[in-house]
Amino acid sequence: MASAGKKNKDKPKLKTISNSNPAPSPEEMLDLYREMLLMRRFEEKAGQLYGMGLIGGFCHLYIGQEAVVTGITSVKEDHDSVVTAYRDHAHMLACGMDPKGVMAELTGRVGGYSRGKGGSMHMFSKEKNFYGGHGIVGAQIPIGAGLAFTHKYNEDGGVAIAYMGDGASNQGQVAETYNMAALWKLPCLFVIENNQYGMGTSVKRSSAGDLYRRGEGYGIPGEQVDGMDVFKVQAAARQALDYVRSGNGPYILEVMTYRYRGHSMSDPAKYRTKEELQSMKDDRDPLTAIKDMMQDAGIDEAQIKDIDKDIKAIVNEAAQFAQDSPEPDPEELWTDVLIEVKE
Amino acid sequence: MPTPILMPALSPTMTEGNLAKWMKSEGDKVEPGDVIAEIETDKATMEVEAVDEGTIGKILIAEGTEGVAVNTAIAVLLEDGESAGDISEADLQGAGGAESREGDSAAGADNDAASSAGSDDTGAAAEQHAGKAIENRDILHAQGKIIEPPPFDEAAFGETYTATVREALRDAMAEEMRADERVYLMGEEVAEYQGAYKVSQGLLDEFGPKRVIDTPITEYGFAGIASGSAMSGLKPIVEFMTFNFAMQAIDHIVNTAGKTLYMAGGELGCPIVFRGPNGAAARVGAQHSQCYASWYAHVPGLKVVAPYSAADAKGLMKAAIRDPNPVVFLENEMMYGQSFDDVPVSDDYAIPLGRAKIERSGTDVTIVAFSIMVGKSLEAAKKLEEEGISAEVINLRTIRPLDRYTILESIKKTNRIVTVEEGWAFSGIGSEIAALIGEHAFDYMDAPVTRVAGADVPMPYAANLEQLAIPQVDEIVHAVKKVCYKD
Repeated sequence: MASAGKKNKDKPKLKTISNSNPAPSPEEMLDLYREMLLMRRFEEKAGQLYGMGLIGGFCHLYIGQEAVVTGITSVKEDHDSVVTAYRDHAHMLACGMDPKGVMAELTGRVGGYSRGKGGSMHMFSKEKNFYGGHGIVGAQIPIGAGLAFTHKYNEDGGVAIAYMGDGASNQGQVAETYNMAALWKLPCLFVIENNQYGMGTSVKRSSAGDLYRRGEGYGIPGEQVDGMDVFKVQAAARQALDYVRSGNGPYILEVMTYRYRGHSMSDPAKYRTKEELQSMKDDRDPLTAIKDMMQDAGIDEAQIKDIDKDIKAIVNEAAQFAQDSPEPDPEELWTDVLIEVKE
Repeated sequence: MPTPILMPALSPTMTEGNLAKWMKSEGDKVEPGDVIAEIETDKATMEVEAVDEGTIGKILIAEGTEGVAVNTAIAVLLEDGESAGDISEADLQGAGGAESREGDSAAGADNDAASSAGSDDTGAAAEQHAGKAIENRDILHAQGKIIEPPPFDEAAFGETYTATVREALRDAMAEEMRADERVYLMGEEVAEYQGAYKVSQGLLDEFGPKRVIDTPITEYGFAGIASGSAMSGLKPIVEFMTFNFAMQAIDHIVNTAGKTLYMAGGELGCPIVFRGPNGAAARVGAQHSQCYASWYAHVPGLKVVAPYSAADAKGLMKAAIRDPNPVVFLENEMMYGQSFDDVPVSDDYAIPLGRAKIERSGTDVTIVAFSIMVGKSLEAAKKLEEEGISAEVINLRTIRPLDRYTILESIKKTNRIVTVEEGWAFSGIGSEIAALIGEHAFDYMDAPVTRVAGADVPMPYAANLEQLAIPQVDEIVHAVKKVCYKD
């Protein structure tokens, strides 16, 4: 835990990060590669199961954005709590939730984290301090500040990390939350995953000004970071979490990223050009970038291949479990509406 | 092993589509994420990406084919070292073939047992459960069953004191805050101002600013913050200056507090109390004078409570704070200053939620009311007595879960019922009670169920019109006489 002694007496300033981090070790590169690859292969498999009709309803894939949650999670502490919106599978995997339980929730089976009653957008784990999984755009932000409120109330040294998309950042309750979080110095890191599109509406058509500067009026420092580079995200998150954990109040990190797939499975994404998508895949892909780094660092190709094989097995196992796990018992319809109070 | 590539479903409703174009040819190598084909759905043209690495061994469905059913094999993917000759009949089949083969693979091997115990077992399990008696009262309520409410004897708490509803609410909160460190109060003007209606008088002094927290005027935001803190272990009490303003926050009350436990499959819930004055005050106009009882009572994951007296206020508030579920606690501004002399002193005094109180026994007619309308119903009952009609008055106390048992037992005796509420009749609490009686006590009724409710208009400001819009004692008397055929 960071020392609580570091107090910013001066008004927090908006700054751009100088990436003066030490070069990552081979182990660290392999770890982050593994984490991001798990997310990508998991999401591809989810897309496939969706195509087979095994996953229903909405399914929002994270492909392309892996460096964001991976970079941030790599520097958070275990007792920090996390909340996000509906593009949430990778956040659960990053928190250490079991891919089998996540995939089985997607297929609506009893082996899922919510025993099949939550679905793609609603999974929770007290053990991993993961608080959802929310389907109402922006509502997870005051909830995240509420998690931070609990950390502060209990004086447990934890911080809350609340993720939102560029679309959510325009919600009124986000502004309300910035105000209260700053007023009460809540230990909350707000992460805006700016993937350039709120469903089909480009951020240029929806949002005035810079999203990372939306906290300025409240005295919340903000910063924009390249979200396709996991090490840049990591460096920024380390600094931001340190600021938050030291009792300075909230911090806004706007992470510039890109989703390769549509908003949900049924979105053909005609609002952007093929060239735009292709250039992101070709030139900015976070997995390609770290692979190149590993190659430059002289990491043995076989080590990478082993990870690939390992991840493939984990994802296949999750997919198999998600198909084999039975549907919830019909009785489950009636459970978990209320907690029974024994008189 | 050759793997079939299946026609994917690309929307929640798609059953078939057109194979518009192949982007790869037989013999082409593909990597995960490569676009291999374009599919036309009823809504759009979408790209299909490869999930596995390999070589396109054979294209089974030619481009331009229309009406290809979801899960039909459209091509076969070969792994390194395989050739088109390795493709067997099974590889050309759709999803069924794919599933059985995956089940045989090494990754799925230890799942075989789970698989054979899978879907077939569900039926047996359900049968087994059907034979088991359900004892969970909340499940029975959710299923609409009529169950006897938990036993409760108010007199057993002994010593009582005199308090206003306002003081009783404050006392309840203070006692529970003393007993449980996790309980805190948050809202507009609750701390330094001592409460917009002075309900939180003295709490800041006793518990300090950490646990009695003034908020900015941002109901949506602070309802969300409180809900998040409840999900992570605290027990917030959120005061809305009035429930009219809770409309700003209703998303968190319903979607966050009311649904988390279910969506999480029981992993975590949201123990929180949303409280504040509800319904009309006096001359405050349409936007400050609405009863929200039926709005919240509509939601399965919420409990909804509406006290009448000071004893109700104290006992129900204590139960609401202790309850592990989200509770919407509807107070009434006109009642805050009313004094009652029968408030139990005991710290243990909490009224079980889901239990109505028979305020007055009677034999000729049942009057069901909640909150301020209980007082008006009692007044009406007194007038009716003078005219020789014996009215039983039920104070609902909890609106959800509704104490169906007490209502039905009463009308089995009286065979007549009048419901009274300040809110609008349409989809109101009276309508729900009418449905309850239609379903469970039709044969007991000697007269139609009759509702007395607020006039079906936004609340007017003019004093005379406001009086006309809110149910009055004489209206209750009139309605009772009508169901007794004595008008």
